[in-house]
Order: sequence, then C-alpha cells, then structure tokens
Amino acid sequence: MRMRIKGARVLDPGKIDGQKDIIIKDGIIEDIIDPKAVCEDPDITVLDASGMTVVPGLIDIHVHLREPGHEYKETIETGLRAAASGGFTAVCCMPNTKPVNDNSQVTRFIINRAKELGLSKVYPAGAITAGSMGNTLAQIYEMKQAGIVAVTDDGNPVENSNLMRRAMEYCKGLQMPVFVHAEDLSLVDGGSMNEGFFSTFWGIRGIPNAAESVMVLRDIALSELTGAHVHFCHISTRESVEAIRRAKQRGVNVTCETAPHYFTLTDEDVKDYNTHFKMNPPLRSQADRKAVIEGLVDGTIDLIASDHAPHSVVEKDVEFDQAAFGIVGLETSLPLSLKLVSDKILTLETLVDKMAKQPAKMIGMDNDIKKGNPADLTILDLEKTYKIDPATFKSKSRNTPFSGRRVKGCAFATIVDGKVIHQIK
Amino acid sequence: MFAKKDILDIGSLDPAEISMILDTAEGMKEINERPVKKVPTLRGKTIVLFFQEPSTRTKLSFDTAAKRLSADSLSISQSTSSIVKGETLIDTAKNLEAMKPDVIVLRHPSSGAPHLIAKHVKASVINAGDGIHAHPSQALLDMMSVREKKGKIKGLKISIIGDISHSRVARSDITGFSKMGAKVRICAPQTMIPMGIEKLGCTIAPTMEACIEDADVVMMLRIQKERQGNILFPTEREYATLFGLNTHRLKLAKKDVLVMHPGPMNRGVEIASDVADSEYSIILEQVTNGVALRMALFYLLAGGNRHADAD
Repeated sequence: MRMRIKGARVLDPGKIDGQKDIIIKDGIIEDIIDPKAVCEDPDITVLDASGMTVVPGLIDIHVHLREPGHEYKETIETGLRAAASGGFTAVCCMPNTKPVNDNSQVTRFIINRAKELGLSKVYPAGAITAGSMGNTLAQIYEMKQAGIVAVTDDGNPVENSNLMRRAMEYCKGLQMPVFVHAEDLSLVDGGSMNEGFFSTFWGIRGIPNAAESVMVLRDIALSELTGAHVHFCHISTRESVEAIRRAKQRGVNVTCETAPHYFTLTDEDVKDYNTHFKMNPPLRSQADRKAVIEGLVDGTIDLIASDHAPHSVVEKDVEFDQAAFGIVGLETSLPLSLKLVSDKILTLETLVDKMAKQPAKMIGMDNDIKKGNPADLTILDLEKTYKIDPATFKSKSRNTPFSGRRVKGCAFATIVDGKVIHQIK
Repeated sequence: MFAKKDILDIGSLDPAEISMILDTAEGMKEINERPVKKVPTLRGKTIVLFFQEPSTRTKLSFDTAAKRLSADSLSISQSTSSIVKGETLIDTAKNLEAMKPDVIVLRHPSSGAPHLIAKHVKASVINAGDGIHAHPSQALLDMMSVREKKGKIKGLKISIIGDISHSRVARSDITGFSKMGAKVRICAPQTMIPMGIEKLGCTIAPTMEACIEDADVVMMLRIQKERQGNILFPTEREYATLFGLNTHRLKLAKKDVLVMHPGPMNRGVEIASDVADSEYSIILEQVTNGVALRMALFYLLAGGNRHADAD
C-alpha cells in the first residue's frame, strides 16, 4: 500500500525545505519527490496537504500517561489519542505510575499496551531509584533491556547527592541520559505557587526560584564529576537558564527542556485560586519568562516538552494548597509553541528542531524525513485560528489554564509508521 | 444599599463600602450596651458558622453578633463535619446550601477556601480567616476602633510589628488602612517579611524603633510559637529583645498612641504586660467592637434595607 502526501511544504531542519511530495510504502518513507513527478502506482492513496507543512514527527519527551495505577486521570490509550491529536508521533512517559516503572515488568506492560493500540509511539523513562523513593538504585539495566530510553524520578528530586552521583555514573556506563526533576524540597517548604508579590497577595506559600536552581547547580556539578549526560526537565527560572548556559559553555554534558506554560504565562496569571494555574515548578515572574525565551533563542534550552500531567476534578476542584500540581499539555503544546514563530522569536525551523529533532536525539531515535525511515510525520496547519476548548480534548483530563485562549496553528494530521492516526477533516 | 454578596477580603471592598460598614457598626454598638441586648432585625435568618480551624474569640464574636440580631446561628467545626470523612469542601458547602442558610461564615486553613465556596453557594459568605491570606472582619474592627478613637483614619501613622509572612490579619490591615489613607509601616525579622509586601501599601522599617517613631497606632501581632519551629527566629527571648513592645520603646510613638493586638497575646514576648494593660491599650475595646462590626456585616449582607431597630 502506497500513500502520497501531496501539495505540502516539507521541512526537515537543516535537511529539506521545499515543496515536495512524500511517498510512503508499508509504513516506510519510500521517496521524496517533486510535486510534478508522476507515480505509476494506480492504487496509491493521496493525502491532500495543500497549504500545509510536513515536518518530522513531533516528540514530547515529558508526558505522564498515568497507567498503570491512575487510570481515572488518563490511560495509555487516552494519553496517546491526546498525543496524536496534538501532533505528537511519539512520547516519553514518566515513571511515576502505580506501581512505579522501576522494573522491566512495568516497562514491558507499557510498551506492549502502546503497541497493541497502534497510536503514537511510547518510549518509557524508568525510575532512577527503587519506587522513586530516593534510597537505592532501580534495576536500570533490566529496564533498558525492556525498552526504557532514560531514567528519572520525575515528580521527586533525588535528594541524596551521593546516590545521584552513583546513578549518573551507572547510567553513563549504560549510555542513558538522566532526566533531572530539579527541586529542593526543603526550600519548597509547603509552597504552591511562585514566591513573589503574587504569592504574598493571595496568601499562598511561595516556592522560591532557588528551589529549582540549587538542584540544577548541584547536578551540573555532578555531571561535571561523572561525565554523565544530565537532562534538566521543565526549566522555569532565569537562574537555572543561566547556570545551564554557563555549564554548556565550559563543555559540561547537560541539556534541558522547558514547557510551553513557562514561556506563555507568569505568576501574575494565577488568579482567584484557580488550580488550573498550579503546576510544579510554578509559573514564575515576567523576568523568568523572558529568560526562558532567551534560552530557547540562544539554544541553552534544547527542546520543548509539555509535562502533560492529567488530573481529575477530584484533585483540582479543591482548595489551592490542597490541589495537585500539573496541567495537561499534549493538546496545547503545539499551538502555544507556534506563537513563538508568529511572534518572530523563533523560526519555524528552530521550533521544529526543538519539538521533533532534539527530542528524537535525546531518546536515541532518528526521525529524519529520508528514504528508508519509518513514516512518522506531523502535518502542520499553520494558518488555522481557533479557541482552545477543553471539551474537545482526547485526554481524559481537562486541567488546562488555556481554556478559551485564541491560538493559531494545529496538527492537521499525525502519521505513525505510515498510518494516519489523526487528521482534521 | 450594600451591593456585595460576600465579604472575602479587604482588597475587594472599596473605600465607600468600608466606610459604610464602619458607619453601620457604630450604629450597632449601642445595642450591645442595652440591658436587653437583642433586636429582631434578622429574625428567621440562618447563619452557619463553619470553622475548620480552632478559634474561640472570632467564633464567639460572630455567634454573639448573630444572636443579638435574632438570627439563628448554627456551628459546625472540623471534628463535627464530614470533612474528616473525606468529603470535599465544595460538597460540604453544597450540602450546607441545601439547608438554605442566609450567611455562611467560614474559617479555613487554606487560603482562598471562602472564594472557592462563594462560587458554589447562593448564601453570602464571610471569610473569618483563610490560611495566611485575609481576615477582613478583624481588619474592619481594627479600622472601626482606630476611627472611633482618632476620629479619622486618613493620614494616621500605623505601625504593624510581627510575623507579617504568616499573618492574614497583617495582610488585611495593611490593605485596609492604606486604602483608607493611613501610612502603614511594618517591622519584623527579615524571615517574616514576605516578598513584595510593600506593594500592598506599606513601607518596611529597618528597626523596631524606626517603625514606632511618631506612630499614632502600634499594632502588635501574635508570634505563633507553634508554627515556627525555631527556624524564623532563635528564641522568644531574642525576639522580645529585638521586636517586643515595651514602655521604653512606646515612648518613641505619639503621646496619644493606641496600642492594639488582635489576640491572643503572648505577654512578655511580642508585648510587655504593662503595655498590654496600659492606658494606651485598646485591645479589649477591639473585642467589644468586633461584635458590633460583625453585626453590621450580617445586617448589610442579610438584612436588606431595613433599619436595625425596625419591627
């Protein structure tokens, strides 16, 4: 079975940019051809993508799929449908499920479930420590054999510095990146929003910037000590950006990501105890937002990941300080990020690099648009304007601060192994 | 006509509304001096006192205020409510609502809890203290007490000393007094001054002496020993040395200074005993005014336009 993606601009940063048609056969990119070229196959199906932009499949490397254990918030299926709808051909799912993905059985369960579904691809991250409890190393090699691509205790920091050092050394030997959730819990001190005027105003205990940057600085030091690849998740502060910038300048093996809410919103947007604005790390100040954007522009921040964190009303329709941290992101990440392009902060090419190529590199896969590669492609409609409506989300949860926000751009279609798993009719 | 449905914090009241509340409270005060301290104004109205945090004086004050206006007041607390059985605050509030109360008075350890229930109930909600956010009835009775003694609020120098970070009274008083034109100065160990507090309408004095100098009102806040775990200041003795109000320091203030405290006091810690009992102290008058002020709030929210002495 052949399919021809017709009429689109094809953009693979640094490799292709132009009007091309793509021929897919049996899930593989067979050819990239001139739009005028004729294909002999009489049974070919044509996907009309006139006016659209085809890019390498977007990958969100920071997603909570919640299964096993918290299926009332999200399942692998609903999470992957959300991913497809948001334009993501693959996700990396965090291990803080119940049980924690700290052993190969859980890893295999997730991978097998995702394969059965045949939607977006799943690359799990395993835990660094058993049960993400921060006491002993998890069975990282066995999980790697089962298919994990990184380790992290995301949701919790590894507080014990020596254990973190050993985890980095161990992972270096396995050529596996360590994803760091940088948070000093003693500095968080029960806080639930950014510490600043607005936390004072609302009487909500604050989380200082230093709660993040203290741990970023520690783990830069440990990366320097061990040589391990350390990837910092969801960077939100100007101090963290600056620390990572300097570390990169002197050749430390670190990378980092930020999430769309950190370059879109600030703590000024946290109003009337609306728990849809509560996430960890919290929305920071205007100066931090600017620093995150500068980090994206100068390459200090390698990539964008959504930190998709579904929660039900049970966790969110409560007192602010009692509410769970986190917001859904798979179905808003792309339009919010495209705003950086329409605001002329990033080129489309750079954005695609940060949402498709860099994430692929991070998890050791190749999503180049080239002959012989799996046809994992996202087709962007850069012109469509609409209001974000949580009622249309494929995710099981609706905890977004972006409800009603006017945005431009969406995934017109998402193709995984040549199969169209999402398309706007 | 008072247009607000709820009293959630001082920030959402404008100066005209604050003045109206204070004027009404002054009128209520006389009822409390009568031999028969009861008027039928809110007969048939139901007021629920929903206290999710320990409180004696605030709860008693609201309860007394309700009874003096002939409203039926019912109280539920943490141990008697279904919250301990895992019911959410919204569900509890909706259940209360189903019993058709006119006013719900809520005290809650989480900031914003009254705002949350106000969105879900038709009854008026009065915030009787939420987390470290606001305590509007306390700030209003403080303003009433100052206005009564000084004849005005505008232009007065108000000094507030103590744990500003964890004090809902401080936040509400700073907001309220500055809104009414007073100059508010605060002072505390640096560990107890929250970020950006000046933007609420105050200046931060570098020392206790600088804070008190030429003050018309000195308001001391309770140091919450149980809350601090010795991380914000080393000992009560050292705290008293640096930030305690004693007669010596009080001399720096104006001759006719008023000493206030929202209670309960730690004598010998934030306030010396002789200062608390001195001629400058209006601490007990604050309590007296608290009842009148809360009667005014009930009347304005639930009484319609009827005069308090009608019927």
